[in-house]
Amino acid sequence: MSLKSFLKDTIVPKELDEQLNKINKPVGTLGYDPWGFNTDTNKIVLALFSGIYNKYFRVETTGIEHVPDTGPVLIVGNHSGQLPIDGTLIAYALASRKKSPRLPRAMIERFFPTVPFLGNFLNQIGAVLGDPLNCARMLENGEAIVVFPEGIRGSGKLYKDRYQLQRFGNGFVHLAMKHNTPIIPVGVVGCEETIPALANIKPLAKLLNVPYVPIALPIIFPAKVRLNFGKPIYFKNEDLTEEQVTRRVEKVKSAINDLISKGLNERQGIFE
Amino acid sequence: MSTESQPKSAETKAEENKKAPKKSSTSIIRSTINKRVTDRRKMLKKKTVLITGAAGSLAQQVINRLRDTHNIIAVDFRKLTYHSDDIPSYKIDFTKRGFEDLFKHYDFDSVIHLGRITSSEETRMRRYNANVLGTQKLLDLSHKYGIGNVIVMSTYHVYGSSPYNPALIEETAPLKAAELTMDLVDSVELENLANIYLWRYPDLNITILRPCNIVGPGVRNTISSLLSSKFAPVLMGFSPIMQFIHIDDMADAVSLAHKECRRGVYNVATSDWVAYQESLEYCGCTAIPIPSIPPILPRTIIGLLNLKMFPSYLVNYFKYPVVINGESFNKTFGFKPKRPLKEIFRYYREAKE
Repeated sequence: MSLKSFLKDTIVPKELDEQLNKINKPVGTLGYDPWGFNTDTNKIVLALFSGIYNKYFRVETTGIEHVPDTGPVLIVGNHSGQLPIDGTLIAYALASRKKSPRLPRAMIERFFPTVPFLGNFLNQIGAVLGDPLNCARMLENGEAIVVFPEGIRGSGKLYKDRYQLQRFGNGFVHLAMKHNTPIIPVGVVGCEETIPALANIKPLAKLLNVPYVPIALPIIFPAKVRLNFGKPIYFKNEDLTEEQVTRRVEKVKSAINDLISKGLNERQGIFE
Repeated sequence: MSTESQPKSAETKAEENKKAPKKSSTSIIRSTINKRVTDRRKMLKKKTVLITGAAGSLAQQVINRLRDTHNIIAVDFRKLTYHSDDIPSYKIDFTKRGFEDLFKHYDFDSVIHLGRITSSEETRMRRYNANVLGTQKLLDLSHKYGIGNVIVMSTYHVYGSSPYNPALIEETAPLKAAELTMDLVDSVELENLANIYLWRYPDLNITILRPCNIVGPGVRNTISSLLSSKFAPVLMGFSPIMQFIHIDDMADAVSLAHKECRRGVYNVATSDWVAYQESLEYCGCTAIPIPSIPPILPRTIIGLLNLKMFPSYLVNYFKYPVVINGESFNKTFGFKPKRPLKEIFRYYREAKE
């Protein structure tokens, strides 16, 4: 018996195993898909992540029912917190949804595949290199995809800039239009406070060939996280200029901003 | 094959002996002559195919699939191999003038060009001469002698291994291998050359095949050597997704491409995937981790240890995935690989036991 099988049998509760078995994933005979997703690793991580989601970050969700039960969908949110914790929390929220659970894929920054251990680990739990070809093919496969159009501009921003949306790339709207895919905006509140960064050591980042090296405490703070999902936004597949596409992007950005404001208004404090 | 043919001839003789008392000696001679004439006519009807890289295990598998329906001429530039009495075999350098004599002597209908020196063999210069210049000569001669069906074996390595590769790479993707390592220039140039001939001389009906990792009994490429060994190097923290195709399936794919003759460029891959380190586990190999960052470190270590089974210029293929999409080939040729990954890995595991 391999270590993975042993961990799966020991760690994954029967109830979670059954819940995840309900989700149909197009994997090969050994449980892998072409992007590196692995069913067993995913189950182990979700089992371990249950405590982090429920007890450490005490995640609260609203509007998760807006995510369609089946078919392609882009879940577009604000990015924050230096590490891809926000994407993992959104994925867990959908995987643990009682009615019609889904295992969404997260598009990750291009530097992650170059990081030993972390790159493969993220792939095995469903993260995928943020390439339009990858995204298009997964939408064709009817997958739910988590997208952070701010990219590293969002995740690497400093604590002083928290909850200020950075520039959005237009790619996700092009894909949504081309593949007739609904966009679900999501406002993530709390992740900005998990790893507050005071500064970015740019020369060191350049030397190490990584997007940023934050000056931050080596602790992930247990800030309470709120995930507010909005109503689906549909865009017709039309031949538009890039300026017109940007206007559509701004519409999504505005919806996310509203959901962030809602989350900020709801919370009493960072840890409450 | 010789062992298979013996019982058949014995049975035939037995049948003839049973019938003998009823026939006169004249009728026996007449029937023997008639049989020879029929055999000769059959031989004449058969199409003739030139198969290069005959010393390789894939070529041997392809020969086994075509020998009953084709006259086969086997050539290799590395060594002379014996297949059977009815298959002429030659050791010949394609760039030499004598190679054309084969085209003059035999009336080839098709060419299956499997004779590619892989990047783990020979020097860069020798590979370039054999793979690029040799292929050019072969294609020139194929054009000159009016051959209407050419299969060229390439490799998925031509796409290059980069952290930014999307999964399920299609045939239209750029070939980035030459940009990433000089040691794969010959593979990319061979492809470019075949592509030029494909469009310039459509009558050649060139089919270029880009297979994923070919593995199985007798295969001596880098990945097969690694799966065969008890200890296999891995890059610490990296276990890219890989695709494997059994040599029997690949031989089926080549035979099918040869039979159907539909020109174009096709990936050949299974729709099954596994992480490299897990494949080693299934094959009963012990992974030996090599420090992976900074990138210069694994190359230096491999260079110092002179690990031929894990060449430094292929290091990135053990770091980042190069996952290709074989749908186009499957749809065009109605191809479906038969051997699952577990069966492939079982062979390597049992070979160790």
